[in-house]
Amino acid sequence: MVSIIDYGTGNIFSLCNAVKRAGFDYAVTSDKDIITKSSHVILPGVGEASAVMKEIKKRGLDEVIKGLEIPVLGICIGMQVLCSYSEEGDTESLSVFPERVIKLRGDDIKIPHMGWNRVYSSGNLLFKGLDSGEWFYFVHSFAPEKGDSTISTTNYGVEFSSALNKENFYGTQFHPEKSGVAGERFLMNFLTMDTLK
Amino acid sequence: MVAKRIIPCLDVHEGETVKGVNFVNLRVMGDPVEMGRMYSQQGADELVYLDISATIQGRGTFLSLVRRVADTLNIPFTVGGGISTADDASRLLDSGADKISLNSAALKDPTLIEKVAARYGSQFVVVAIDAKLLDNSWRVMRNGGRLSAHRELFEWAKEAQSRGAGEILFTSMDHDGTKMGFAVDTLAKLCNQLSIPVIASGGAGNSEHFSELFKKSGADAALAASVFHEGTIPIPTLKRYLESCGVPVRIIN
Repeated sequence: MVSIIDYGTGNIFSLCNAVKRAGFDYAVTSDKDIITKSSHVILPGVGEASAVMKEIKKRGLDEVIKGLEIPVLGICIGMQVLCSYSEEGDTESLSVFPERVIKLRGDDIKIPHMGWNRVYSSGNLLFKGLDSGEWFYFVHSFAPEKGDSTISTTNYGVEFSSALNKENFYGTQFHPEKSGVAGERFLMNFLTMDTLK
Repeated sequence: MVAKRIIPCLDVHEGETVKGVNFVNLRVMGDPVEMGRMYSQQGADELVYLDISATIQGRGTFLSLVRRVADTLNIPFTVGGGISTADDASRLLDSGADKISLNSAALKDPTLIEKVAARYGSQFVVVAIDAKLLDNSWRVMRNGGRLSAHRELFEWAKEAQSRGAGEILFTSMDHDGTKMGFAVDTLAKLCNQLSIPVIASGGAGNSEHFSELFKKSGADAALAASVFHEGTIPIPTLKRYLESCGVPVRIIN
């Protein structure tokens, strides 16, 4: 079963539906036992960095998440809290990924970055069956810098990390649950990853 | 580079997709959920569902329809029509809508934009503006285009942006239903004056109209209904044409 972590905020309807359509059972939960016993864990993409970190700590999940040895996917804000720091709310985060999250900047760009943009990937298992340059759907104002965990990049004002991977932890700045057929393929790649490392 | 978005709009009346010309003479076009699924498969980038029901029962039907759309669709969708309070917006969010579109209620109480944006973020709030040219001035209309809002287009769009709108959906009522092309010059002026994305609506009749829109106006997205519902312009054909014109669009392989 897949655990979708409950931060107590926002709408995760579309993510739940996407997991359901992919044919997997899921629980929306902040229960440590359920989370640690699940096959895959998803940190959904709703909220603001400092508020989400506060909710994670309040539920005592910071160490639980960092200690997970099963595949973990953070989406949007769910990935950003797995990074080391976010400029949004000046937030110290979980530091699974060493990268920092900064506000998007650039000449003549509209913030938030909203809509379909190209994701240039290089062979990570998450992108199996997907072309480099495939379109995915984004809605965000902050993004991780490029670093050692970067497995795909996207250009918007600057080039940022649109996906990260370190060991069993993965993250995406885009929303696979809103990215059409490409997003379905991407989620399936994650959900069928071997749980035993 | 963000792709220019192509957005089919589905007007929903008592659970059915309908289409009228200049907001009158409604014709039934089909099941909104099935049409949404088909458009997504064809490469639509987003969908807009507008509730044009006039009755309480119609509104209830719409809410359950939004849940079914959210169950089915793998691309973002916006819902609008008859949203008059922040709680209406919450109910739609809880039913799975990605964005809501405010129109008459925001004209009546502009602080509604702030309330919804503060609760759920600007990316959740589209402000829809219907306007027509009267005596050389773009006048904003409300209640489905029936009444004057006593506001001017550019001034109202800028106010909506400053109050927290994440996007402006501008419909030229003079162009809507004519199939003679978008209000390109007005849209260019609007895009120039705003820092948030602009969705152009009203007047699409052929693929060249979309190309002209994107090349000349700076609009971020184009919304249309009948040319898609009637099959005049298949979305894959439109997107290949736009790509050949050098417009960045998302093509599904």
